[in-house]
Amino acid sequence: MATTTAAIHAPVQAESGLWSWITTVDHKRIGILYGTTAFVFFLIGGLEATIMRLQLMRPDNTLVSPDFYNELFTMHGTTMIFLAVMPLSASFFNFLIPLMIGARDVAFPRLNAFSYWIFLFGAIFLNLSFFFGGAPDVGWFGYSNLTSKQFSPGHGVDFWAVGLQILGIASLAAGFNFIVTIVNMRAPGMKLMRMPLFVWMTLVTSFLIILAFPVITVALVFLLFDRFTGTNFYVPAAGADPVLWQHLFWLFGHPEVYILILPAMGIISEVLPTFSRKPLFGYPVVVYSGIFIGFMGWGVWSHHMFAVGLGPLADSFFALTTMLIAIPTGVKIFNWLGTIWGGRIEFKTAMLFALGFIAMFTMGGLSGFMHASPPADLQQTDTYFVVAHIHYVLYGGAIMGIFAGIYYWFPKITGRKLGEGLGQLHFWLNFVALNVTFFPMHFVGLLGMPRRIYTYAPHMGFDWMNLLSTAGVFGIIAAVLVFMWNVSRSLRHGEVAGPDPWGGATLEWAIPSPPPAHNFGTIPTVHSLDPLWHREGPELVKTANRIGGPIHMPPGSHWPMASALGITLLLSGMVFGWWLGIPGVLITLYGIYSWAFEPCT
Amino acid sequence: MRFRTHPMMFRRLMAALLVVLPLAFVAGCSMQDYPQSSLHPHSNYAQWIQTLLEQLTFWVVIIFVVVQALLIYAAIRFRSRPGAPDPKPIHGNTALEIGWTIAPALILTLVAVPTVLTIFKSQAPPPEDALQVRVVGHQWWWEFQYPDLGITTASELHVPVGVPVNISLETADVIHSFWFPAMGGKRDVIPGRTNRLWFTPSDIGQYPGQCAELCGTSHANMRMALMVQAPEEFQAWVAAQQLPPIEPEAGTLAAQGKQYFTQGQCIVCHMIQGVSAGVIGPNLTHVGSRTTIAGGIFPNDAADLGKWIINAPARKPGAKMLSLKDMAMSPEQVPAIVAYLQSLK
Ligand SMILES: [Cu+2]
Ligand SMILES: [Cu+2]
Repeated sequence: MATTTAAIHAPVQAESGLWSWITTVDHKRIGILYGTTAFVFFLIGGLEATIMRLQLMRPDNTLVSPDFYNELFTMHGTTMIFLAVMPLSASFFNFLIPLMIGARDVAFPRLNAFSYWIFLFGAIFLNLSFFFGGAPDVGWFGYSNLTSKQFSPGHGVDFWAVGLQILGIASLAAGFNFIVTIVNMRAPGMKLMRMPLFVWMTLVTSFLIILAFPVITVALVFLLFDRFTGTNFYVPAAGADPVLWQHLFWLFGHPEVYILILPAMGIISEVLPTFSRKPLFGYPVVVYSGIFIGFMGWGVWSHHMFAVGLGPLADSFFALTTMLIAIPTGVKIFNWLGTIWGGRIEFKTAMLFALGFIAMFTMGGLSGFMHASPPADLQQTDTYFVVAHIHYVLYGGAIMGIFAGIYYWFPKITGRKLGEGLGQLHFWLNFVALNVTFFPMHFVGLLGMPRRIYTYAPHMGFDWMNLLSTAGVFGIIAAVLVFMWNVSRSLRHGEVAGPDPWGGATLEWAIPSPPPAHNFGTIPTVHSLDPLWHREGPELVKTANRIGGPIHMPPGSHWPMASALGITLLLSGMVFGWWLGIPGVLITLYGIYSWAFEPCT
Repeated sequence: MRFRTHPMMFRRLMAALLVVLPLAFVAGCSMQDYPQSSLHPHSNYAQWIQTLLEQLTFWVVIIFVVVQALLIYAAIRFRSRPGAPDPKPIHGNTALEIGWTIAPALILTLVAVPTVLTIFKSQAPPPEDALQVRVVGHQWWWEFQYPDLGITTASELHVPVGVPVNISLETADVIHSFWFPAMGGKRDVIPGRTNRLWFTPSDIGQYPGQCAELCGTSHANMRMALMVQAPEEFQAWVAAQQLPPIEPEAGTLAAQGKQYFTQGQCIVCHMIQGVSAGVIGPNLTHVGSRTTIAGGIFPNDAADLGKWIINAPARKPGAKMLSLKDMAMSPEQVPAIVAYLQSLK
């Protein structure tokens, strides 16, 4: 069989230029789009945090107004969760899952493009609120009845509720896509228990997404009905109980925490074995504990609501279920330690971030264990202690895990390695600065400083710890700048990586960096958990790179993007008016119709 | 060897180190430096939480030290060295893995039992002889009522030391959270519900508190103070609060102020017993006896009171009180109104 590219059947897919990115259905390109977009929002969320820290730098500061401050923390939380960490994880799902399971693409490539575009449009829509009468200012949790028309008459809450609905569509589409992809499209021989751990965590996360987002969708539909049509789902004056919102929100919100952290756990479970030259310790247990965490995540939501006063029985129940999650979490941490134990550890930047993840996530997990106990939580909830906790979990955990993944897979994505020197500088700056920023928050919280206050009095003893936290932020900014410099330098001058720069064990390292559009010349057969580390390795690499027959690749399409634009306009009409809504309906109908009947050559 | 003969002492030493060290600078500092501290309990309830927190901290610090030590040891011990052999491809160890599943489970049990006991103890019904207080949260100030004593006041809650206080919590608008860290955990006030909280203050003193649930623009400015008093002092305060408001002497500035007050829009929102019937803003019957105004953010002196009356929303963003201009009153009236309010001891 001739091994020419002529055998590759990839019709009408533009190779470069803006249009090629708009119409792409290639999971790798969509992954890159997700990653870069999410990184921009990571910077925006960081800017919001920086302004807040400057306001809190000293007592009675007047840098920003209280209303703007409320907008800042609402948008900081919403942005970091929905527009930064989730899509950064999605970028890894997109780029890696087909490569790791030995597939040519995801199950539904155009749906995948649609997910990205609707995420992008939803994110833009949400941030437009800053320029149209004020961003949402009710917290990322948007508790009723503060979100009612009576107490929030402006459009901020509408932007927030509609924006989250749009983003929810993106998450749901991606969730279904990855479940189908992972279940159906694995290479021959890759049984479930031979999937790389990152694939497992993606699968668990995807199930959490498709189960959790419908809950918040319903909760938001109630809220939108209340605000637009005068229903009374959350209106106490009409006999409703605003606590209903809290139950629905946290029934979504706690699984959401795992949606944010499980992908990072998956990433470091790939990085640690590679740089220890040792397989993951207790793979089945790490898999099962990940599933168990995902499952238990549904039975703990009221630990966010101990202050509501649900009664001693409910408090005890949710305390016990929450503490129970500490077991699988602890097991994971010990298995990671078991992985590096007895290994031959190479301190590449990716490895440093993975080890940093263990250290910082342990910290966040333990402070979380403290407010799993309701009496302690009643002193700690809604204080800076919890701010410290979530930042150790989501910044020290999720973001550090994501950075580990970026350093690890950057060579696969671009063909070049990120600079090691700048990488190490990035890690150490980030590690020190994040502790300077977030560690004092434990104490300022225990000493009585509530969250979400735009100012505090000078005689409370909060001053110097706040100043320290603010100083730390500039270290984080410096670290991020080093990273950006490293990326822009390495894209042009980075060391050429070759297919397998780290000696990885999983399928993505069998093919060139960056991989060709069709990924695998021939889909290899897998016989073990770490195929490239086994005897089968060399043969597998050959197979993966040999074009053994005609390859069918789907054509590009601009209809996913058009449909996403239509749906976003349609829903934006709720805030901006019918003149935007009606064109939105037309574009949506036309877009979906054309998409459905598009020839698939 | 000494430790083997004194195992209790060793345990105590360990406990002391592990609990005290991480909280070193808070344990070493006084309440005056950190008046809103949740680590300086001054009631039975706060003390129960503190005891539980110390147990939690003990285990958390042990786990933290063990995990970080293992991590650092492994990172140094197993770092790549030139000529080192390939590591053995160990896939797991069942005994170890069962071990580190059971160990957290045991610790968890040790923490869960006191947790559940403390939950039930702190949420048990209050003693029969408790002082009844009704708290109403408003955007953005706290109202305190003593239904059995016929007293209504704002921002400063007076209670006698050593007497249980049974607090019922309600809100006039959105969700707030009632929190005096020195007295114990917070409790939300929720529209359509009446929440409960009780504690017995153990030490005389003044303790700051503030709203802990985001409630809109001036959430940060929704502060309050708890005055724990000696019983006779508290009785004197009650007696003074139960008196009708002081009637200013004719011809004084205060009398003039009362006239402005009753003729202006003040009466729409504020109650002064026998003078006006408003219920939207704080009850002013004995406003002169309080130490702060505006939800506990400004001292109750002539200067601050004057500025507050002239333009409340400018001093406290979002404040529902209208500015003088919007009330169609003139700045010349302010000194008289201030004098009147200050006379209401
Ligand atoms: Cu949770
Ligand atoms: Cu508040």
